[in-house]
Amino acid sequence: MKYVEEFRDSARARILVTEIERLIGAIAPPEDRPIHIMEVCGGHTHSIFRYGVEGMLPKAIELVHGPGCPVCVLPMGRVDDCVSIAEQEGVVFATFGDAMRVPGSKKSLLQAKADGADVRMVYSPMDALALARKNPEREIVFFGLGFETTMPSTALTILQAEREGIINFSLFCNHITIVPTIKAILDSPDLRLDGFLGPGHVSMVIGAAPYEFIARFYRKPMVIAGFEPQDILQSIWMVLKQIAEGRCEIENQYARVVPEQGNEAALAAVARVYELREFFEWRGLGSIDHSGVRLREAYARFDAERKFALANVRIADPKSCQCGEVLKGVIKPWQCKVFGTACTPETPLGALMVSSEGACAAYYQYGGVKEPQAAA
Amino acid sequence: MNIVAPIVKSPRELGKVCVNSVTLAHGGGGRAMKDLVDDVFVRAFDACSCAPLEDQARLDLAEFAARGDRLAFTTDSFVVDPLFFPGGDIGKLAVCGSVNDLAVGGAVPLYLSCAAIVEEGVAIDVLREVARSMAATAAQAGVKIVTGDTKVVQRGSCDKLFLTTTGVGAIGAGVALGVDKAAPGDAVLVNGVLGDHGAAILCARGDLALDAPIESDCACLHGLIAGLLEAAPLVRFMRDATRGGVATVLNEIAEASRAAIEIDEDSTPIRAEVRAFCEILGLDPLYLANEGKIVVVAPQRQAEAALEAMRRHPLGRDSCRIGSITAGEPGRVTMRTSFGGRRIVDMLVGEQLPRIC
Repeated sequence: MKYVEEFRDSARARILVTEIERLIGAIAPPEDRPIHIMEVCGGHTHSIFRYGVEGMLPKAIELVHGPGCPVCVLPMGRVDDCVSIAEQEGVVFATFGDAMRVPGSKKSLLQAKADGADVRMVYSPMDALALARKNPEREIVFFGLGFETTMPSTALTILQAEREGIINFSLFCNHITIVPTIKAILDSPDLRLDGFLGPGHVSMVIGAAPYEFIARFYRKPMVIAGFEPQDILQSIWMVLKQIAEGRCEIENQYARVVPEQGNEAALAAVARVYELREFFEWRGLGSIDHSGVRLREAYARFDAERKFALANVRIADPKSCQCGEVLKGVIKPWQCKVFGTACTPETPLGALMVSSEGACAAYYQYGGVKEPQAAA
Repeated sequence: MNIVAPIVKSPRELGKVCVNSVTLAHGGGGRAMKDLVDDVFVRAFDACSCAPLEDQARLDLAEFAARGDRLAFTTDSFVVDPLFFPGGDIGKLAVCGSVNDLAVGGAVPLYLSCAAIVEEGVAIDVLREVARSMAATAAQAGVKIVTGDTKVVQRGSCDKLFLTTTGVGAIGAGVALGVDKAAPGDAVLVNGVLGDHGAAILCARGDLALDAPIESDCACLHGLIAGLLEAAPLVRFMRDATRGGVATVLNEIAEASRAAIEIDEDSTPIRAEVRAFCEILGLDPLYLANEGKIVVVAPQRQAEAALEAMRRHPLGRDSCRIGSITAGEPGRVTMRTSFGGRRIVDMLVGEQLPRIC
C-alpha cells in the first residue's frame, strides 16, 4: 500500500532505534527511573502494540498509555443513559462499533440489543442521519462519542439535519476535549511524566497552538505524532532530543496531516453547534472542568439529553479498579490488582479493558498477562 | 472408486411449486410442502434417481469400510448474510464447510445432509438457486446430498434462509491427525492468501459504503488435502481457518499442544485489497474468516514435501510457510512484525468491532 508501507519499513525502524539509543546515552535519567513518555491518544496505544514498538525501545524508556481512548473514559452512568434511551419504544440507537461492549452498571449496548433494543452499528454519523430519512416514524439517536477528531463530523451531521428539516434525529452528545484532560493529568500530584506524544488526529482539527501551555507552564516537551510505527519512533526520538537539549516545545512530527492552525472549517462547525459543559465526568479520572461539550440552545431540538428524561446518575467506578492510576502513568496495567483476574476483555471491570485502544486491553491482547511486552 | 447410489431406484413423480414465494403452507407437512421439497431440493440433489423418499438415507457400510477404519461425522450451520456474495453463496458455503470439516480430519467426505430453515416470503427462485449451487458444489466434490429437512418459519423468526449440513466420511487406516500433536520445530503452513471470505462478506453487506474487488475463497479442500497427506503422511494436524481466522486456529493449536507458535508478518500472505480494507476499518486480517484456507502443522523434515504438494493443487498455488512451533511459553502465539517488533496474537474476545478513530 502506497503511503503506508513506507512508514512500516523495518530498515528505517532500525536506524531510528539506533538513534534513540544514542540519544538515551546522552540523557541523564531522572531520579534513577526510566524516562516516561505518555502517548495521549488511544490510536497510538493501538499502533504501539500492534507493531511491537514498545519491545524495540531501550529499557530506559517507558511508554505511559494515556487517556485518549474515548470509549475507555466513558463513565458507567452515561452508558446506562444510552441503554435507557435505546430501550425506549420507537427508538433506533445508532453507535460506533467499539462502544457497544462498554459495560454499564446493568448492561452494555450489546446486551441491550440482545434483549430487544434496536441498536445499530454505524461507521459515520451521516449513516445515522440516513437511517432517520429512511425511518421517519422512528426516532434515530446517534451516540456522539470521541474527542475533537469525531466532533466535527457530528456537528456537520447536525447542520445537515437542520438544513433538511429532519425532526426524528437526535444526538446523545458525549464528545470530550483533550486539552483540559492533559491539564488535569499535569496537575496531578503523582505525575511522573517527562514528555508527551501529542494526538495526531485531534491536532488535525485543533492545530498545535492549544498545547502551548504544556511547554510554557509545565515545562514538558510534546511532539504531535502520526500513527504509523515509524511516526511513533520518530516522535519519541524528537521528544528525547528536546530533553537532551533542555528544550520544551510543541513540535509537529505529523506535518503531512496536521496543519499548525488546525482545520478552520471543522473548527467553525464545532463552534457553531457545541458549547462547553461546566464539567464532564471521566471514567478513572473523575470530573474534569470544561472537558466535554453539549449542543447549543439553538440545536436543542436535536439534543437527546433534552428529548429524553435521563436518570443522569453518577455511578462510582468499581473500587478495585485502578484505571485512574493507569491513565496517569502511576502504575502499569499489569500492576493493577484486578488485571487479568477479575478484569479481562471478556468481563471488563474497568474501561481500559474494553476497547482495543485501552491500555489494559492492549496489554492483555498484545502484551500478555504475565509478561509485559516491555520486559520481553 | 465409484460411489454407490444409496437409495434403491424406482420411478417417482416430482411435485411442482406454482407460486413465487415461500409461505407457511410450505412448512405445513401437506401437499405444498411435498411440492416444495420435490421441486427445489429433490430435483437438484437427486433428479436422476427419482427414488421414493424415506425418512432416512440408507448408506452401505461396506463402502465406508473399503475406504477406512473410522467414520468421520460433522455438522455445521450457515446463517450468512447476504445469501449471495462474490465468490459464492450460502449453498456452496454449506457444502464446502462440511466437506472441509471432514477433510481436515483426514477423512474422505462421502455423504451430506441438508436441513433448511426458510423464512416465509423468500422467493422460490432463491431457494432453487441455492439448491442448484449446493448440488453443483457437491457433484464437483464427489459427495452426495442424501437426506434433508425443510422448515418454514414466520417472517422475522429467521433471516431469509439458514442451512445446516451434516457430513459423514471415512478416515483411512493409520491417519491420526491431532490438534495436540504440534511439537517445537514443526512448520506452520497455509494454502494461500488469508481473510478473503471475511472481507468479501463485509463488503457485500453494503453498509460500509466500501466497494472492493474481493471474492470469497469458499472452496472444497479435500482434493488438496488428499494430495498433501499422500506427499507428507507425517503431517501432525490441519484445520480450516473459518470464523476467527488464522489467529484463532493458531491459538487452538498452541493451547492444545502446550507449545508456542511464532509467525512472521512478512511471510503471512494477505491480498493487498484485503490489507487496505482492514486498514480503513481498523480490522486485523488474521481474525477474518476464510472458507477455503487451512492451517497445516508439519514436522520440519516433511515441511517442504507438504508445501510442494499443496502448491501443486490449484487451491494451494500460493501456499507458504508462515511460522513455526517453538519451545516458548505454552499456549502463546506471537508474530514478528514487518516493522521489526514482536507482538502477541491472542484469541479474539467477541466479534471484531471497528475502532472509531
